[in-house]
Amino acid sequence: MTGRAPALTAALTMTLLGVTVALGGCAPTGTARAGDDPERVEDRLVVLAAASLTDVVADLAERATADHPGLRVETTFGSSATLAAQVLAGAPADVLLTASDDTMLTVTDALGGEPVVVATNHLQLAVPAGNPGGVTSLADLADPDLTVALCAPQVPCGAVAADVLARAGVVAAPDTLERDVRAVLTRLTLDEADAGLVYRTDVRAADGAVEGIEVPQAADVATEHPALVVPGAPHPAAAAAFVTLLTGPDGRRAFAAAGFGPP
Amino acid sequence: MSGRTAGRLSSWALVLAAGAGVAVLVLPIVALLLATPWGDLPALVGDPAVLQALRLSLGTATVATTVSLLVGVPLAWVLAHDDLRGVRLLRALVTVPLVLPPVVGGVALLLLLGRRGLLGGTLHAWTGLSVPFTSVAVVLAQVFVSLPFLVLAVEGALRGADRRRALAAQTLGASPGYVLRRVTLPAVAPGVAAGAALCFTRALGEFGATVTFAGSFPGTTRTMPLAVYQAMDTAPEQAVAMSVLLLALSVTVLVALRGRWLGGLPGTGGRPAGRAR
Repeated sequence: MTGRAPALTAALTMTLLGVTVALGGCAPTGTARAGDDPERVEDRLVVLAAASLTDVVADLAERATADHPGLRVETTFGSSATLAAQVLAGAPADVLLTASDDTMLTVTDALGGEPVVVATNHLQLAVPAGNPGGVTSLADLADPDLTVALCAPQVPCGAVAADVLARAGVVAAPDTLERDVRAVLTRLTLDEADAGLVYRTDVRAADGAVEGIEVPQAADVATEHPALVVPGAPHPAAAAAFVTLLTGPDGRRAFAAAGFGPP
Repeated sequence: MSGRTAGRLSSWALVLAAGAGVAVLVLPIVALLLATPWGDLPALVGDPAVLQALRLSLGTATVATTVSLLVGVPLAWVLAHDDLRGVRLLRALVTVPLVLPPVVGGVALLLLLGRRGLLGGTLHAWTGLSVPFTSVAVVLAQVFVSLPFLVLAVEGALRGADRRRALAAQTLGASPGYVLRRVTLPAVAPGVAAGAALCFTRALGEFGATVTFAGSFPGTTRTMPLAVYQAMDTAPEQAVAMSVLLLALSVTVLVALRGRWLGGLPGTGGRPAGRAR
């Protein structure tokens, strides 16, 4: 690793963010910048969340908007690693939700802050509806005749998948290594892949297009979803309120309904 | 305000606008070069994963260019004949992938050749073969996005060529195929080469259609652009090194194009000397 890598990461991500912010600037105007005037009600909240949290966080963001008319919640979903890199580079984010403690640590180590675990999850062996490949166990992932989609090892779902496969003593033969878990899910819902490892909540979100198979080794490796009010957030009050919503009864219900485990 | 002042002002405005245009195009490249860890570059570029992606990229782009030449030159020849019926419609169809976002091309290819696709479904049912996640899918994605570049370049060259020589050969009894092979193609060879070079660089840079249609696996489908995208999260200095490598490749093609072939492009000379107007 070179000494200039962190600076380089920051420079690159800032450049990317510059574009994002410039595009964001096209959004409807007239929203006051919170932080300009502490007395004003914060009317905007930027939430960055891991791809696996897409539906539940979008759902809770809608609830927050309903509870607080005038509040605009902007959500961005993607690979935890990408989102963490954006926050580290100074993205104007209020709340960060990742799919792994390790990714969250890269942020809290640099910026501080107290993450709260809002839900847990684990991987399932997933197949397209009807199980065209006749997949029954993790060992099938090693079958070169089956089309297997996994997350890239650099992203949390890929790291967990590697752990699960190692515990099961399976050397998988993947055909594609996707950038986040929802990309793996898409390969399965489109029936382009015979099997993959996705979170059990993703199977539920696919709404029948994908079947999940519980495997003991996967259930043993629990994934925690920590939420963080980003230190220096542009809208700290709204951010804290949103994290309270996530950990409160409404949040618990929403996470449970999506198939997440309690923290 | 006198007319001369207004003229001077407007020419200043033009220069400023042109300067802004240059800045938009050149500054990102400058930033890339400034951020490049030159000292570590050989080690970063020599990484087995990078070499694997580079080999795959060069291999697939070469195959894609060859395929494009085989089907694109005859297609350009058809398009260059306005007297044929339906040529305008055909040209419009060929141009669509040129203006289409590549990711849309990837979705369309998946719907045609995926396991559940229009043709891919039958292929899979009959042979058990499926195209996505193979290097063939990478080549198809590259051909889809880069073929129009070749076709339009070659068509332009064909139109610029002196038709009377082909006509003369025809009146001397040569068959259309013979005329194409021995008279027309040699005359437009520089245009074909330029088109092939454009096609190759476009194939080399293909990302959206590839990642959507072919997936991403080292050695099979993860070409250089996909590897750059993947590396941005975890090893940005490697992403920069790979970007510089791609930049160098593209510039090399451009320089070769200018030095050897641009002189033969239509409108820049290369027409038979002494041609009567």
